Amino acid sequence: MKSKTYQMGTYDVIVVGAGHAGCEAALASARLGKKTLIIALNLESVAMMPCNPSIGGTGKGQLVREIDALGGEMGLNIDKSFLQSKILNTAKGPAVHSLRAQADKHKYHTEMKKTLETTPNLDLRQGEVTELILQDGKISGIRTRTNGIYDTKVVILATGTYLRGKVFIGNVTYEGGPNGLSASVALADNLRELGLPLRRFKTGTPARCMGSSLDYSKMEEQKGDEKITPFSFMNDHLEKEQVSCWLTYTNETTHQIIMANLEKSALYGGLIEGIGPRYCPSIEDKVNRFSDKKRHQLFIEPEGGDTNEMYIQNMSTSMPEDIQHALYSSIVGLENIKIVRPAYAIEYDCINPLNLRLNLENRTVENLFCAGQFNGSSGYEEAAAQGLMAGINASLKIDGKEPFILDRSEAYIGVLLDDLITKGTTEPYRVMTSRAEYRLLLRQDNADIRLTEKAYELGLASEERYQRLLLKLKQVEAERERLANTWILPSKANAHLEKLGNTPLNNKVTLEELVRRPHLTYDNLAPLDPERPDLPEHTTAQLEVQIKYQGYIDKQLIQIARFKKLETKRLDENLDYFGIDGLRLESKQKLSEIKPISMGQASRISGVSPADINVLMIFLEKQRREAKA
Amino acid sequence: MNETIAAISTAYGEGGIGIVRISGELSGQILNQIFVPAFDAPDNPLADAPKTVPANRTMRYGKIVDPTTKEMVDEVLTVFMKAPATYTREDVVEIYCHGSVIALRKTLSLTLHLGARLAEAGEFTKRAFLNGRLDLSQAEAVIDMIRAKTTKSFEVAVGQLEGKLSSEITMLRGQLLDLLVNMTVNIDYPDEDIEEIVYESMLNSLSQIGGEIDRLRLTADTGRILQEGLNVVIIGKPNVGKSSLMNALMRETRAIVTEIPGTTRDTIQETISLKGIPIRLTDTAGIRETEDTIEQIGIARSKESFQQADLILMMLDVSEALSEEDKYIIEHIGDKRTILLANKIDLGAKATLDEIQQFLPDAKMIETSMVSDVGLEKIEEEIQQMVYGGKVSQGESLMITNARQENLLREAGLAIADAIAMTKDAEPLELIEGDVRRGYELLGEIIGETVSDDIISEVFARFCLGK
Repeated sequence: MKSKTYQMGTYDVIVVGAGHAGCEAALASARLGKKTLIIALNLESVAMMPCNPSIGGTGKGQLVREIDALGGEMGLNIDKSFLQSKILNTAKGPAVHSLRAQADKHKYHTEMKKTLETTPNLDLRQGEVTELILQDGKISGIRTRTNGIYDTKVVILATGTYLRGKVFIGNVTYEGGPNGLSASVALADNLRELGLPLRRFKTGTPARCMGSSLDYSKMEEQKGDEKITPFSFMNDHLEKEQVSCWLTYTNETTHQIIMANLEKSALYGGLIEGIGPRYCPSIEDKVNRFSDKKRHQLFIEPEGGDTNEMYIQNMSTSMPEDIQHALYSSIVGLENIKIVRPAYAIEYDCINPLNLRLNLENRTVENLFCAGQFNGSSGYEEAAAQGLMAGINASLKIDGKEPFILDRSEAYIGVLLDDLITKGTTEPYRVMTSRAEYRLLLRQDNADIRLTEKAYELGLASEERYQRLLLKLKQVEAERERLANTWILPSKANAHLEKLGNTPLNNKVTLEELVRRPHLTYDNLAPLDPERPDLPEHTTAQLEVQIKYQGYIDKQLIQIARFKKLETKRLDENLDYFGIDGLRLESKQKLSEIKPISMGQASRISGVSPADINVLMIFLEKQRREAKA
Repeated sequence: MNETIAAISTAYGEGGIGIVRISGELSGQILNQIFVPAFDAPDNPLADAPKTVPANRTMRYGKIVDPTTKEMVDEVLTVFMKAPATYTREDVVEIYCHGSVIALRKTLSLTLHLGARLAEAGEFTKRAFLNGRLDLSQAEAVIDMIRAKTTKSFEVAVGQLEGKLSSEITMLRGQLLDLLVNMTVNIDYPDEDIEEIVYESMLNSLSQIGGEIDRLRLTADTGRILQEGLNVVIIGKPNVGKSSLMNALMRETRAIVTEIPGTTRDTIQETISLKGIPIRLTDTAGIRETEDTIEQIGIARSKESFQQADLILMMLDVSEALSEEDKYIIEHIGDKRTILLANKIDLGAKATLDEIQQFLPDAKMIETSMVSDVGLEKIEEEIQQMVYGGKVSQGESLMITNARQENLLREAGLAIADAIAMTKDAEPLELIEGDVRRGYELLGEIIGETVSDDIISEVFARFCLGK
């Protein structure tokens, strides 16, 4: 029996889901002046971290900086709620320095919710979206379980792992979302009916335990950096009493328990059909596949400042509860462990990202945008990046403007979206620095230089943020000038250099040359430079990279120029690939399906070979000549 | 849809057999319409629209008959080869006619009337490449093979076709991939319990790979000469014995190949094969100061030949003293590689050989006597030494034979050299990785293959990583 529906309001943009993607999408859309509604099954889950209690890491830290540079919220939010801050890969070059912060999960949630509540143009709603309403193939509204109808121009789907979510603990399986929340089923069915190509992915999470039941004396303490580096470019400096993490290892006993009970694991018992990520395997997976590894490391991480719950990193599992207890307690330091929340695996519906355009609009349903784990990605940062781009592009679409697209040489966000949409993915996709061809230029220290101006033009970066960028650029230039003109005498320098284990000077040199030397940094040269101005961390980091890596950067800029040539060779959306002689059938199909916007994008489609690109180029050249004639 | 193409696949000119080749969907159909098999065959092609597919890979004897006039064009052998196990991966038909130009032309024109299109130069090979039957270096090899002027260069081309170059490159790429996988893990998973990459072992691997790339690249010069031929110019004043030399060298040849296009009339050119090296011998008129305009033209042409020369054979009649004309010629040789031929040595040397050598201290001097057959072997040895130069041993047929490949190898070598320099300086890992990856991709371009997902897949296959 069809219940009577009632009108609940009209919006420009409705964001379905309030996870990391949803929040960024809603905030961007509202800040760009669009009347926005963000609706979620349970508002306790706003910006929830169902897994790792951390933001950032290799590749991910770069994403957060980019989100921040574009006027997104993640960087600011983690700066308000972190417990520990660390830069990874400091032993390597700045291109792969990645910031990571342990988060107070609850605080992260409340701070984000506060922001949502106080942002103009933005309404929050708790409710379940069950249906997308279309008119003439275009989005016109949504319907909720309680029969509310909301009219809207654009919908952004950011449903995370909730669609037809199924939880697995051993052989127990039930419908549910992450962390004891409910799943969303009706919407999944509705999306299928609309013809969206959905598939099943899986992810997992380890158990949580009581910190007071652990013996930290048997583990190795992992402290944060002495000097805290803020995530957001808006913060110059942060002070914090940091909390430690703890390192321990599995052992033979752990492995034996796993191997003896392998078939009890939901994954090995064959219950899970969803595809999990290769880089995020459950502990049974690790032990089974890498059987000659004697031990696997795991980290004990705090979940929050107001709780004693600890997260057991690197040890997710879908074993039954009793086996879980045996497993965890076999580990050194965890002998008396009190598990509070069990580990589990979760399966969920997500879309094949080949079904999306580069601006994250769906190809099948107009004005439907998709973001986050729903697109087949994994990770809070990947989700947030997509949410931000979806929010921006939804707004641009409504205004009839050109979409905002970042390419692979401009941002990790560009790499992420291009990988998903042009190449697709067969498992939950995670960003890694190796995925970026121009990693040397896509650094965490220059995200603002690359992106803030663009965001300023869009209207998403505030005047304050923009001015900070300009100031930074001025400061970097001025300081560089000063370093290049400040001479250091051997007599003044050599004692200090020797202390640092560096080669002594024979002649005087400029400070700039000293900074350029391997193993010397702007910071550790401070004693030789008492006159230096007090510059913020973001500025000095940028300065140092520029001095040390100019040569390599220039090399990569040449490569980028070459890359851009293919990227700017436009392809018409309506090109009839089946009519082009010399293309293989597989390429014709792929090209017609994805409709690349440039020759560059075409070359990255799987199934399209370099030979096909040659054929395309010859064809286009012929066309161009014929048109001229 | 792909058009069906046809062409005469044998060289223009007289020969015992000529081949018309057809590739594409309509091949079988066209064959059925023009070919009448001699013996009783179940398919009678001239009845109605032939729908039967000719027997696959069966050589049949019969006649080409014009379907309209019913006139016989030629007695032939034909074979139909069904896709995809064919050269172009399409249906292919080959018709073996008598080598008469007329028969071939007529047969070809019949195919064109029945729906085939005249193939462009190299189009069959292009299709083989586009359809994945050949990779890029193999496709280039086929072109080289067709153009190979001597058995030696033919061998090289065949070697390439057999994928020797491909397998060598693939092996190098495999080694680079190993390095890249280790670097990637170290960069993207700094927290994991994985062995830190050791710069020393990285240096060893890179040096070894760099050496291999250089070795491959050095074969380029030899390879190019084998493909394009060595330009040898014979110079000397009249009556010094040049013609005898020409004749003697030509008598030595095992095969005379095609005429060189664009020859001038005042110089005589012949192509010979000397120990597998194709040589374009040019006999020039002598050069000297003259007022005579016609002679001046001839002299200008001779000087032009000098420009193109890889090697100059300067012949002197040493039974007489060094003349002004001789000296004039010597001056104009410039810095080209030269072999001095002290001819008519049987008559006793009047000009001392030392004196002559003074003028061209870098040139090798060989005493010869065309009349008494002295010195010819030495000349051949010298030329051989020049080309092979001990860089490549006889019988090794893996050589880089075109500029594109050499260029890519050179750039790959530079990238690896950069990586080595940075490793020695203990520069950050991700900087070194950039150059190693570049080398990896450049090598991939040689065989037409560059996929960047290899590295990530390998990383997860080999290492236990992540949450």
